[in-house]
Amino acid sequence: MKRRNFIQTAGLGAGALMMPSLLMGNNISAEALLTPGLDVAAKKVLADVALNSARSMGATYADARIGRYLNQYVFTREDKVQNVVNTESFGIGIRVIANGTWGFASTNDVSPDGIKKATGQAVAIAKANSKIQKVPVVLAPVKSHGEVSWKTPIKKDFKDVPVREKVDLLLSANSAAMENGANFVNSALFMVNEQKYFASTDGSYIDQDVHRIWPTIGVTAIDRSAGKFKSRQGLSAPMGLGYEYMDGLDSEKIAGPKGTGLIGYRNSYDIIEDATLAAKQAKEMLTAKSVDAGKYDLVLDPNHLGLTIHESVGHPLELDRVLGYEANYAGTSFATLDKWKSGNFKYGSDIVNLVADKTYPGSLGAVGYDDEGVKTKQWDLVRNGVLKNYQAIRDQVHMIDQNESHGCCYSQSWNDVQFQRMPNVSLEPGKDKYSVDDMIKDVEKGIYIAGRGSYSIDQQRYNFQFGGTVFYEIKDGKIVGMLDDVAYQSNTQEFWNSCTKICDESDYRIFGSFFDGKGQPSQVSAVSHGSSTTRFNDVNVINTGRSI
Amino acid sequence: MAIYTKEEARQIMEKALSYSTADACEVNLGGSESGNIRYARNTVSTAGHRSNQNLVVQSNYGNKYATATIDEFDDESLKKVVKRSEELAKISPENPEFMGILGPQSYDESVTHIDATANISPEYRAEVANSSIEPAAAKDVTAAGFMNDSAGFSAMMNTKGLFAYNKSTDISFTVTMRSNDGTGSGWVTRDFNDVSKFNAAKASQIAIDKAIMSREAKAIEPGKYTVILEPAASIGLLGRIGGALNARTADEGRSFMSKEGGGTKLGEKIVDERVNIWSDPLHKDVPTATWNGEGMPLKKTSWIENGAVKNLAYGRFWAKEKGVDAVPFPPNVIMEGGDASLEDLIKSTKKGILVTRLWYIRGVDPQTLLFTGLTRDGTFYIENGKIKHPVKNFRFNESPIIMLNNLETLGQQVRIDGSLIPYMKVRDFTFTSLSDAV
Repeated sequence: MKRRNFIQTAGLGAGALMMPSLLMGNNISAEALLTPGLDVAAKKVLADVALNSARSMGATYADARIGRYLNQYVFTREDKVQNVVNTESFGIGIRVIANGTWGFASTNDVSPDGIKKATGQAVAIAKANSKIQKVPVVLAPVKSHGEVSWKTPIKKDFKDVPVREKVDLLLSANSAAMENGANFVNSALFMVNEQKYFASTDGSYIDQDVHRIWPTIGVTAIDRSAGKFKSRQGLSAPMGLGYEYMDGLDSEKIAGPKGTGLIGYRNSYDIIEDATLAAKQAKEMLTAKSVDAGKYDLVLDPNHLGLTIHESVGHPLELDRVLGYEANYAGTSFATLDKWKSGNFKYGSDIVNLVADKTYPGSLGAVGYDDEGVKTKQWDLVRNGVLKNYQAIRDQVHMIDQNESHGCCYSQSWNDVQFQRMPNVSLEPGKDKYSVDDMIKDVEKGIYIAGRGSYSIDQQRYNFQFGGTVFYEIKDGKIVGMLDDVAYQSNTQEFWNSCTKICDESDYRIFGSFFDGKGQPSQVSAVSHGSSTTRFNDVNVINTGRSI
Repeated sequence: MAIYTKEEARQIMEKALSYSTADACEVNLGGSESGNIRYARNTVSTAGHRSNQNLVVQSNYGNKYATATIDEFDDESLKKVVKRSEELAKISPENPEFMGILGPQSYDESVTHIDATANISPEYRAEVANSSIEPAAAKDVTAAGFMNDSAGFSAMMNTKGLFAYNKSTDISFTVTMRSNDGTGSGWVTRDFNDVSKFNAAKASQIAIDKAIMSREAKAIEPGKYTVILEPAASIGLLGRIGGALNARTADEGRSFMSKEGGGTKLGEKIVDERVNIWSDPLHKDVPTATWNGEGMPLKKTSWIENGAVKNLAYGRFWAKEKGVDAVPFPPNVIMEGGDASLEDLIKSTKKGILVTRLWYIRGVDPQTLLFTGLTRDGTFYIENGKIKHPVKNFRFNESPIIMLNNLETLGQQVRIDGSLIPYMKVRDFTFTSLSDAV
């Protein structure tokens, strides 16, 4: 992984190099994206080949996922199109339990013979590993859903929108940034369509059509004489929406705090407006005041807080981490079973309510059924500040004395085995009417932070350090100017217990992570985090400026 | 079978090119077979096998180009994929930075393929897991590990006569050992082209020993400390210097390598003069392919020599703009070491911290190459030449440039993640806070 860092980061500038290679499928034409895949009846026949072969080879459980993954990525810089990538990846992944042990194999040969061969490999792996398996796999029961389907309720399929229109939109945004003083600008559109068919020996046949979109823009301003450069990233969110997200509807905009010019985007993003502001702010950042280290009250915009929720709540409450299954990679968790069992572990202050869900419209995590055929739902993780539950799937949930999977199993492709992944994890808005400007008014010495920045957290999710995109100093109830060199360091439990105020529902927005990594071999998944602007008192802020 | 010989690959690619009617056409053919095993809680969790092959065809008309890909190689499929790439190229936007394809090149013979690694079985993987799990369980320790092995080939050919082929194998292994009282953790990583160099039991024992040694760590104040960085710790920071080697971003004024007032730091001394870093595809311990995806030959290249920036990487377009030769990005990293063993480095340290690895490293400021992250899986306090006791993990905020300016001693080199990195002792390494994480 580290060598790849050296080699890949050496290629910075060509955005495509930074993409997880596993998301890359076969390159196809934009028109070919519109070709329908196999029909449901054909997929059922092929899936049954896997299920029947697995049974005849001695498997006690099997599931098959036939996946067609269509991606379109567009990359531009200034007035140039760097790349337009259309990819298709098609194949089948077969997971079995034999001798009480998991086995998995996948193939892009989706013929009956290819499927039988891969099933044989999966069973052989399960049998080889069963010799050293200590505890047999136990699956929570799941209802047979019969033949069902689910679709992301999109308004505009990205595949129907001509590439030219997408290129023109990005180039217009780039040009708006350049006209407003940017030296460089990179922008990109990531669009994903997962066409997934799931079948299992439990009797479910589930066809799903899932859409996601993420526009990005990075605007750089340079002061050559001082040898300084600053970048202001766009304030979009990755979303579980169609191309309608790019419409820039005024009705979906929320004004940021007075004095910042910032705009929050709900279900519609105005990339040209954001690019214009980004260029002005990047220039302003070149001369922004370097922060004085110390304790501040932090006012965190949803577009920033999303990642903080992701790292300090989402990951530590993944049951596989808690139990040690991720010990060798992402790590374990401070939120151990004894804390949960006590029934009174104060994760946060009384106003902190954190909810897991796989159903919120427009979110990245929303699907009808997870990747092992469990119907999705919403459940509490933290209620009134107290730890209530984890995120668990079929083969784990019995370990926390529950008998129903939470429905958050996911695989990034047919080529990878499915496992527990983070659902959307969101902070409920405050119940009383309270706006961002009300919040700023109540802060004496604070910093307002919007956008994602540098983020780092330890392997048990205690100690974290987060940066942001833009920082504003708050003095005596007013925004007084931009700050630079800001990062805050805290401890998860201490941080959430310092949460003193949450804006109401009218400020609520979702943010998210399009390429969240976990597992070995590493897989990405996409997940959203909703919140309203939130205040945390007395947080330690460090100054990250250095002179070399 | 997804692994083609040189001749098989040549025949498929020649056939594909014979269907080309574009100004130029280039094809890349690749395939791999890989297997993995994952274990945790002293038992196997998941394991899998993957097989992949594909042919990428790039056609261009002037500077309009496009690619199309296929995973079937019969005549009809080859004809179809070439035609599709041509149709796409015709409707693609002009790319003024498209450099066209290269003519014939001469490449060194690589040393990256070992039969024994290509023949690893599910039973071998299960045995690797077991050789971690059994000794761990015997010591009241819990193992969580992952092993992945792969064998693959890549080849390319174009209508200007370029042909390249490479076959390679690889095995990588990591294991985390945690003491069952939850207070100690150790970790080890190994990677090789040749599986016969890999000893899972021996590697696992190092992690077990560290798990036991690191139990009940004491908290000491964060601040600036002399550190001994194991190669697994320093590579995380050293690798990130690579991001700044891009000549284009340096010329554009948006990189650490950009110079105040314009220009780049090429030729300038930026770190201690004992620092020498280069890449070499033919190094016997860390071999790589001898050509890159564009077909450019990869040769031994010096990046930092006696502490000064010796080369920046130039893509073909930027090289043309600047009137210099293109310099491909490094395929591996080799940093010159010294004679000192880890024991020697500890013995010569009056007061310091031994760091096994750094974790969750993220950029804080690209201007100064400042990064943050944490120590993990074995952090120890050294006093008067001896390890005194384990210490709680630290968060650091440090730049690899400052780190290499504060170099005290270079130790022996170790292969890590496909690169060759020495143990090193560094003064004034900046730890900014404590972490309770084990």
